Amino acid sequence: MITVGIDMGAKNIKVVVLKDREVLARSQEMAGFEPLEAAERAYKRAVEKAGLTEEQVEAVYATGAGRKSAPHTNDSVTEVSAAAKGIVFSNPSVRTVIDIGAEEGRAVKCTEQGKVEDFAINEKCAAGAGSFTEAMARALDVPLAEFGQLSLQSSKSIPMNAQCAVFAESEVVSLVHAKTPKEDISRAVHDAIASRIISMIRRVGINNDVALVGGVSYNPGFVDSLGRGLETAVIVPDNAEYVGALGAAIVAAERN
Amino acid sequence: MAEYKTEPLKCWKKAKELRLKYYKDYQDAHKTGGIRWTGGAWAFDAIPAGLGRDVYNITGEPYGASIAFNKPFSTECLEATEARGWARDLCSYMRNYWGSMYLDKYAFGGEYPKPDFCYQDHICCSHAKWYQHVAEYKNIPYFCIDVSVGPYNELDENRLMYVVNQMHEAIEWLEKTTGRTYQDELLIEAVENELRSTSVWAEISCLNMAKPAPLDEKSMYSLYVHGTLSKHSKEVADFYEELRDELKYRVDNQIAALPNERCRLMSDTQPPWGFLKVFRYLEKFGAISIGSLYTFGLIGLWETKPDGTWGPKTTPMQKGEKITTRDQALRILADWNLAKPEWQHFYDPDLKTKMMLQIVKQWKLDGVMLHLNRGCEGLSCGIMENRLGIAEAGVPVMTFEGNMGDEREFDEKRVMGRIDSFMETLDLQMQTA
Ligand code: SF4
Repeated sequence: MITVGIDMGAKNIKVVVLKDREVLARSQEMAGFEPLEAAERAYKRAVEKAGLTEEQVEAVYATGAGRKSAPHTNDSVTEVSAAAKGIVFSNPSVRTVIDIGAEEGRAVKCTEQGKVEDFAINEKCAAGAGSFTEAMARALDVPLAEFGQLSLQSSKSIPMNAQCAVFAESEVVSLVHAKTPKEDISRAVHDAIASRIISMIRRVGINNDVALVGGVSYNPGFVDSLGRGLETAVIVPDNAEYVGALGAAIVAAERN
Repeated sequence: MAEYKTEPLKCWKKAKELRLKYYKDYQDAHKTGGIRWTGGAWAFDAIPAGLGRDVYNITGEPYGASIAFNKPFSTECLEATEARGWARDLCSYMRNYWGSMYLDKYAFGGEYPKPDFCYQDHICCSHAKWYQHVAEYKNIPYFCIDVSVGPYNELDENRLMYVVNQMHEAIEWLEKTTGRTYQDELLIEAVENELRSTSVWAEISCLNMAKPAPLDEKSMYSLYVHGTLSKHSKEVADFYEELRDELKYRVDNQIAALPNERCRLMSDTQPPWGFLKVFRYLEKFGAISIGSLYTFGLIGLWETKPDGTWGPKTTPMQKGEKITTRDQALRILADWNLAKPEWQHFYDPDLKTKMMLQIVKQWKLDGVMLHLNRGCEGLSCGIMENRLGIAEAGVPVMTFEGNMGDEREFDEKRVMGRIDSFMETLDLQMQTA
C-alpha cells in the first residue's frame, strides 16, 4: 500500500512517501506565508521523487499544527500520535520520544507498538521550544547553525534563572555586557531550555530508550544539554525532522 | 451513531428560574426591608438565615463565574480591576467580582447592589482578602470564620470547637450588626435544609454511575450551582430531590445525556466558563465527562460506606437525631462542612488523588482531564501531584491550561489540539453524524 504523510509544521512542511513499510521519498518546504502552496509543492515533489503518480497514492494523512488544512488528505493524526508511531517504526527500542518543533515541545511515552501511553506538552511558553533557541542566537548575534556547535566548546555551567523567553533574552544581554564568552552563554541557553524540557519529560517519566526528533534535534548543543540533564544517551534518528510525517504515513496505512 | 435515546431534562426550566430568582431576590431585598449580605459559596450560609426569612446573599464565586460566562462584561470587569493595580494572577472570580463592584454594574442588570455586610470563611488565601476589600471599598462591616483546622480525617474535639466557637461569635456579631434578634429555629431549619441538599446532591452524582450517564458535566454545572448559591434553602433542597427523582427515571429508562456515549471521563476544578464548548467537543468523539471531584464534592457531602464504596453522607436526621439547640446545630454544621471533599487537598494532595481514583473506579471511567486552572490557586493546589498519582495508577490523564474566569488565558486551538491527542490515546476518533 502506498501512503503519504504530511507534517504541516509551524515553520517547515515535511512529506514522506511510504510503500509497504518502506520509505520511498521525503521532501521539505518552508511553510512561509502560504503554507498550503508550500505543502502542495512538497507533496508533488515527494511523489515525483518516489517515481509515482498522484493516482497511485492510496491514502494521505496529515499531522502538525496546520494538519486540518493540508491538501490531498483523507484524514489527520495529532503530532503526539504521529511522533510515537514514527519513532517506533524507525527506532523500535525507543519508549520516550521528545519532539521539539518551532513553537511546541512534547514528550511522549509510547509502547512497542507505537501507541501513546502518556504525553505532556509545553504550556503556553516559547522557552521550551525551538523558536527560543533562535531568539537567543539572535541576541548573541551568532548564526543559528553555529549556535549549537559553540555550546559544545564550553564546559562551564552558568545558571540562567529567567523563566520566559523575553526575560532570558535580557539575561543573555547582561551576560554579554559582563564579557562572558559566547560559548559559555550558548551552553547556558541550551542548558536552560533543556531543563525546561526535562521537567516536562519527567511528567511522563523517562523510559529508555529516549529519542529526540523535530527540528531542534539538529542542534548539537541542545542534544548535549539534554543528554547531560537526563543522565542518559539521547538517540537522534536519521531524518529526525521527518518522524512526524513518517508517523502520519504509517497511521494512514494502518487505518486504510 | 446514536445508541441511546436522549431528551432534555424536565426540570431544566425550573433550574434556570431558581437561579435568576436568587439574583433578583438579592437585588430587590431592600425594597421590602430585607437584608443583603455577600460572601463566598463556602461560607456557612445557614447562620445568617437565623436573622429572618428576608435575608438574601450573593455568593462571590458563582457570581464571578456568571460574569466570566459573559465574555465582553468579564473583560470589562477584569480590566477595571487591573486598572486599580491588582495583579492578573489573582483569583479570577474575585477579579470579576471586584470589577463589577468598581464599575457599579450588576451582571443581571442595574447597579451593583451594595451588601449590608460581608460574611465569609477563610479557606484559601483569596477568601478572606476578597471580602475584606469589598468591606473596605463599600464601607460595610465584615466577619470571617477561619476553618483552617486540618483535614477531616484528623478532626478532633478541639479543632471542631475552634470553628464552632467562631460560629457562636458570628451570631453575636450578626445580631449587633443588624440590630435583629437571632432566631434559633430558623437556624435549625436552615441547617437541616443544608444537610438535605448537600447529601441529595451526592445521591444525584451517584446516579451518574449508570451507563449511559443520565447527566453530562456541562449540565451538572447549571445544577450544582444552586448549592453554591443557597445550599441552606428549602427551595434548593426540594429542587435537588425533584432532580434526583427525574434522574432515577432517566437511569431506569436508559435516557442518556449523550446518545453516542462510548467513553467516560471526569474533569477537575472549575471549567473555563467562557469555553464550555470543550465539553461539546468531547461529544464529537463519543466522550462524556460524567462529573468530577469538583462537581461531586464542592457541594455534595460523602462518606465511605461499609463496603468501601463512596456514597452520600448520612444526615443526622436520617440517623434519627433531632436538632433542638443552637449549639447542636452549629456543631453539626461545622462537622458536616469540614468533611467537604473539595477542600481536603488544601492539606494534602494525596487525599484528593485517592478520592479521584475512587471516582474513576466506581464511576467506571476511561480517563481524566485535568484543567490546570490558573484562575484558582485553591482548587488547583497540588494538581500536578494528582496528575502523577492518577498516571501512576495506570489511568490515562491529560492536562490543559486555562482559567475559569479570564478568557484571555485560554488558548482554544491548543486545548482542542490537546484533546485530539488525548482522544487518540484512548483510541477514539471523531464520529461523523
Ligand atoms: S479557592 Fe479558588 S475560586 Fe475560591 S477564592 Fe480561592 S482562588 Fe478564588
